[in-house]
Amino acid sequence: MRIPVSALIGMILTAGFFAMAAFAPWIAPYGMAEIVGDVWQPRSAEHWLGTDNIGRDLLSRMIYGGRTTIVIATLATILSFTLGAFMGFTAAVIGGWIDQLMSRFVDLMMSIPTLIFALVVLSVMPVSMTVLILVMGLLDSTRVYRLSRAVAVDINVQDFVEAAKLRGEKRTWIIFREILPNALSPLVAELGLRFIFAVLFLSTLSFLGLGVQPPASDWGGMVKENKEGIVFGIGAALVPAAAIAALAISVNLVADWVLNRTSDLKGGRGG
Amino acid sequence: MGQVLKLLVQRIALGLLLLLLVSLLVFVGTEILPGDVAQSILGQAATPTSLANLREELGLNEPAPLRYLSWLGGVLTGDLGTALSNGQDITTQIGLRLGNTLFLAFWAAVVAVPLAILLGLLAVRYRNRWPDKLISGLTLASISLPEFFTGYVLIFFFAVKLRWFPSVATVYDSMSLLEKLNAIALPIAVLVMVVLAHMMRMTRAAILNVMQSAYIETAELKGLSPFKVIFRHAFPNAVAPIVNVVMLNLAYLVVGVVVVEVIFVYPGMGQYLVDHVSKRDVPVVQACGLIFAAVYIGLNLVADIVSIVTNPRLRHPK
Repeated sequence: MRIPVSALIGMILTAGFFAMAAFAPWIAPYGMAEIVGDVWQPRSAEHWLGTDNIGRDLLSRMIYGGRTTIVIATLATILSFTLGAFMGFTAAVIGGWIDQLMSRFVDLMMSIPTLIFALVVLSVMPVSMTVLILVMGLLDSTRVYRLSRAVAVDINVQDFVEAAKLRGEKRTWIIFREILPNALSPLVAELGLRFIFAVLFLSTLSFLGLGVQPPASDWGGMVKENKEGIVFGIGAALVPAAAIAALAISVNLVADWVLNRTSDLKGGRGG
Repeated sequence: MGQVLKLLVQRIALGLLLLLLVSLLVFVGTEILPGDVAQSILGQAATPTSLANLREELGLNEPAPLRYLSWLGGVLTGDLGTALSNGQDITTQIGLRLGNTLFLAFWAAVVAVPLAILLGLLAVRYRNRWPDKLISGLTLASISLPEFFTGYVLIFFFAVKLRWFPSVATVYDSMSLLEKLNAIALPIAVLVMVVLAHMMRMTRAAILNVMQSAYIETAELKGLSPFKVIFRHAFPNAVAPIVNVVMLNLAYLVVGVVVVEVIFVYPGMGQYLVDHVSKRDVPVVQACGLIFAAVYIGLNLVADIVSIVTNPRLRHPK
């Protein structure tokens, strides 16, 4: 199996980002909220990326901010996947009016743009990390639901599932032992795309001031903190923005390759 | 035409039903959730008495279904209520801003749609060669770049370094059209980048799909030039899917506008919505949320209607 160069680059960068998130306290030269100098100092030997809007070391804050972004996005993705896939499989296996009800409800949820829906909900909920993960995970699970339901409907009519039903296996067996293993490859390909969506979504919310609250910060929030500098020609806000783009592109390169591979495996049909 | 008409009526009725359900969802989303509006407004300063007074004032003691009906009745008669934070009439405020947002989205569409179709056609003409590959690369980049990245990079270079355009997109009524367009040049550029790649890619896919038909092969075998095959034979047959894609992307534009307005401090609906979410001004958020959702659903509805009307199999039933 040859891995294309683009996917390899994507994998190395993605691994790098995750390693940075995991070992943040050991890598960062200064503390996250530690004020170490003047406001918006240029790059120097002590501060590789300069300092931010209140004189914190930008590099250290980038490393901690990346950790926040990656942790929240990962948890939201896990939530949207477990919930979406489980509901999708259940709808496909049970069928009938339960399936209809769930599918129409998902249609309704998806007829409102995700960002608008999130803004409406966040206007009454207290903004905390848990609420953010829940809102992002729940809203995004609708997309996973559609995909897993579609995949499971195909698998559900195959002979081995019929055989299992005739054997008298319970629904949980059918879902976890028959459908899940066979639905895994198209779902894995989707995983990367949903993670990117979560990263961009969280960054957007934080940029709008409705995501991670100060003094903690993620990359989107850091763009917000430093955006006033732009008009004075200070590019501090561009650093976290570029990091978000780099993370999204790296994961995308990997996801693209996985997607092509799994659709090859399925005879070009794709997930 | 009977069948087309029936489908259209069905689709529009479905759209209206959807809108009604969405209004319910927006209402429920802000009312049933564990957060208490009165508590959110008062925050730390809440005392039991002030809480009770505010609840009374906001009518929160009424049962929720009644409040929904009176809210819905207000919406239908054009009364969106008053803002909690400053007591302004929401309908008037939205009237001032909705035009600005539509103005921005309209000009972004005017630039993006023809450009996307043209580039999509080019990608088909040179498929699997460098123009096509370049377009694929751009698509990857554009779905990965957050709007604020593109936005601030453009501000940094074109507004701050080169000073070609203002960094803050302020528009007011006394400006001439040209002055307004100059003010919103950068926001338009960001919005175009947000939707362009996807539209190009889908145009390419739609035309390539048509290119597999037998009549295209005939046209090629008769010795027509590749451009002629694409423009005269493939493009007219791909119009319906392309219009569909355009509409879906315009719907996306409506959402992209929210972030872009905040980046450029543009006096539109998006800025208004975001400001009031942080102020926890629920009536404003409900009204804006409903309007954004309605525009989104409306554009999707138009996309469906176009594909029904342009479908020759439906127009000429056997």
